[in-house]
Amino acid sequence: MLLHQLTAKQIQDNIVKRKISCKEVIEDLFNRINEKDSLIKAYISLDEESALERAREIDGKLSNGEDLGVLAGIPIAIKDNICTKNMKTTCASKILENFIPPYDAFVVNNLRKEDAIIIGKTNLDEFAMGSTTENSAFQITRNPWNTEYIPGGSSGGSAAAVSTDIAFMALGSDTGGSVRQPASLCGNVGLKPTYGRVSRYGLIAFASSMDQIGSFTKDVCDAALLLRVISGYDCLDSTCSTLEVEDYVSHINGKFDGLRIGVPKEFFGEGIDREVRNALMNALEIYKKNGAKLIDLSLPHCEYAIATYCIIATAEASSNLARYDGVRYGMRNQLSDDSIMEMYCRTRAEGFGDEVKRRILLGNYVLSAGYYEAYYLKASKVRNLLKSDFDEAFKKVDCIISPTSPTVASKIGEKMTDPLEMYLSDVYTNIANLVGIPGISLPCGFTNSGLPIGMQILGRHFEETQILKVAKLFEMETGFHLKKPELD
Amino acid sequence: MEYDVVIGLETHAELDTDTKLFCGCSTAFGSEPNTQTCPVCLALPGVLPVINRKAFEHTVKTALALNCEINNFVNFDRKNYYYPDLPKNYQISQNYFNLGNDGFIELNVKGKKNRIGIHNVHLEEDAGKLVHPEASDASYSLIDFNRAGVPLVEIVTKPDMRCIDEVEVFMHTLRNILLYIGVSDCKMQEGSLRFEASISLCRKGAQVFGNRVEIKNLNSMKAVLKVLAYEISRQRELLERGEQIVMETRLWDEISAVSRRMRLKEESHDYRYFPEPDLVPILVDKKNIESIRMTIPELPTKRHQRFVSEYLISEYDAGILTESKSLSDYFEECVKLTSNSPKELTNWIINDVLRVLNEKKKEIQDFNISPKMLVELIEMKSEIGGAIAKEVFSEMSNTGKDAPTVVREKNLKPLSNTAELSSLVSEIIGANPKAVEDYGNGKESALSFLVGQSMKVTKGKANPKTLLEIFKEKLANSP
Repeated sequence: MLLHQLTAKQIQDNIVKRKISCKEVIEDLFNRINEKDSLIKAYISLDEESALERAREIDGKLSNGEDLGVLAGIPIAIKDNICTKNMKTTCASKILENFIPPYDAFVVNNLRKEDAIIIGKTNLDEFAMGSTTENSAFQITRNPWNTEYIPGGSSGGSAAAVSTDIAFMALGSDTGGSVRQPASLCGNVGLKPTYGRVSRYGLIAFASSMDQIGSFTKDVCDAALLLRVISGYDCLDSTCSTLEVEDYVSHINGKFDGLRIGVPKEFFGEGIDREVRNALMNALEIYKKNGAKLIDLSLPHCEYAIATYCIIATAEASSNLARYDGVRYGMRNQLSDDSIMEMYCRTRAEGFGDEVKRRILLGNYVLSAGYYEAYYLKASKVRNLLKSDFDEAFKKVDCIISPTSPTVASKIGEKMTDPLEMYLSDVYTNIANLVGIPGISLPCGFTNSGLPIGMQILGRHFEETQILKVAKLFEMETGFHLKKPELD
Repeated sequence: MEYDVVIGLETHAELDTDTKLFCGCSTAFGSEPNTQTCPVCLALPGVLPVINRKAFEHTVKTALALNCEINNFVNFDRKNYYYPDLPKNYQISQNYFNLGNDGFIELNVKGKKNRIGIHNVHLEEDAGKLVHPEASDASYSLIDFNRAGVPLVEIVTKPDMRCIDEVEVFMHTLRNILLYIGVSDCKMQEGSLRFEASISLCRKGAQVFGNRVEIKNLNSMKAVLKVLAYEISRQRELLERGEQIVMETRLWDEISAVSRRMRLKEESHDYRYFPEPDLVPILVDKKNIESIRMTIPELPTKRHQRFVSEYLISEYDAGILTESKSLSDYFEECVKLTSNSPKELTNWIINDVLRVLNEKKKEIQDFNISPKMLVELIEMKSEIGGAIAKEVFSEMSNTGKDAPTVVREKNLKPLSNTAELSSLVSEIIGANPKAVEDYGNGKESALSFLVGQSMKVTKGKANPKTLLEIFKEKLANSP
């Protein structure tokens, strides 16, 4: 097997056993990046020099017999809406094209402490708004299984990088499915932890009450490994939990005794692709064979989830993005005799793309005097109803399984014409963000045309161990995750 | 026609905390621009706010001191508007769940007791400061973000004030309460205390208030009073002419002493308030409220009344003494240390202590003379006489030495030795035959002259009473 095809855990074992040096890993990886990223366009920026320097440091530590972090030597890519000190963080937006944060996000700091090596920043839909990664101001990322197709989004760059083997792991962010959906479309493992499990400090906000940093990995074990590092209490994020972080890796193996899997009828209804449905049915059969009980469920308020999500996400976004005004940092577009108001307008008109503008407008509208009660307040109430739907469901089942996305990857350009259709494709994922529960997507089959199909497992708040374990069982029984796209 | 005036006030007070409301930056006043900033208060991408506990407790304390109900569910809201001094282009404030509601302040307006309702008390962050270059044709403005994120308590009254006198007393009383409970330094010149007023006029006795005008940019109590007087006459004139009052926000122009339209009601911002998702709601438990309540000292109005009834001093004097908490504490400490009358202590404090503090531009906390020292001096007065006591006081206030030390060092101890005084009297009699003769002829004032001469020689150290007796005795016995 080729070096770049190993999982993060495997590459690290090799490094720790000194079969291979960190430097070699990085050099090999950058060779592959140079070869493949022009096809995929996963990265917005790369930092080979720092990565090599860091690799040499870790190699030094190794030969001196010093203690190493749990991610020692693992090359990792970061979605470009997560702040990296002294390294451009653009949100794939013209308005932040040259923004260099003076600080590291909490998660980035943790990665560095555990000796991971940050190799570059990945592409996304501008400000994480979108499901295709076509809304980037800089480039369109391609699906490695077929470069005519979208990788999903908004964390399309991270998803494509991991599936292309040009990153061993990657971080993304998931506000309505932006980790799980591209993981599904690119055929790797995408984990969205519980809201509050991972600090948002340094994640550039889209919708604060739903944003959560998540991971892309080649298998479930790597997801467990990475989750442990990025989780934990951060005094700089008031919404972060103080709950102790578990040792996920050591708890994901093993059989279940009477696992109860919820199958909500609302997740298998209209709009679902036939091949996706069949793959899911097969997957449920596999669980059944392994002793799980399948329990039919109803989540009665699901039909309102997308509307609720659209209102809350755009409302929060309209306010979160107000700070990009050309005054303190980022792009400023100003003619010499412009008033401050003209400067604001010119900067924001130039700096933001259409999708971002659409959401800002919608958000401002739903918060306007006279509309607040009808939209935002109503949406908050529906959100509570959805939460109680899930509370009820989780009394009867240990996890819920559904497709991650009703369809597989679409062709580039296909969905751009109809934003509403794009919003609707997040139907299975954005409920987890409204409710705050953890979810994981993993490959569960392929279409006849060779595009990956993803399965989503949702769990109770802070029960990441449970969904990782359920996912791991499937992975061991099937091995879909081992299939690689043919790019060569 | 006669009109009723209806006034409400919004007061912003900077809370006395070491650090800002949502980050660890210093709140110190007067530093170099933009030296007290960080990614959080500059609203860099990706940062999050974390609430300052002290600021929250100060706001609870303020709400309690203003007799408010404390909400047990407290939340923050975003107030969205664009202005370059507001880094996030939204202010974290409170709108849907204010910390305190429905309180009141008791006023004493020229002896008449009155209650002004408090609509709500809430916590929010301050904005930065725009610095406009002096050249009027400059094409830029600068922004100092040192103040951005400093915690403010906002106190909103009900429209309960009916005249300017009431407003004046309200502002003083409120300021005094904030100082008493120690939540703000209330330094108007540093912008720690700022006001916004709203005022309307209606026909006397009318049930429905007239159209309201809001006035911003009021940086002193004087400005508030001036603008209200201006607005009353402006609005009255309009009404007399049969015109309508327009709902609007006006700015006070201190230099030309007029108010000017800033924007009409229809042009006012839609702040698009919604709950701040980056902060979690705070559930305030009763125990916490009670423990904060325990830290509230006796408030000025109550202390004022108590001083009058307990120490039998005048309303006026009690008012001066309770003007600041530390001064009234100083007074009470003195009272406890002596059996001298509180009235005498009051006179010393108001006439002498305050005069010196004024001259030296000092606060009572930094005063050289402790209550114990002042009491010691007052108790020595019968022995050293009033004139010397004042001299000793002045020396004490300069040097910080106690009264006995000053008296000893400056040799101010009165001559009480009768033998010494007796020989002095004989000397004076010998030196002033004319006066002695006058006295013999029944001219009583000659005696005063002689006593005066002796005082001059002893530099005031002799006890004039004793001198008088010795003179009378000697002159009666003289041939």
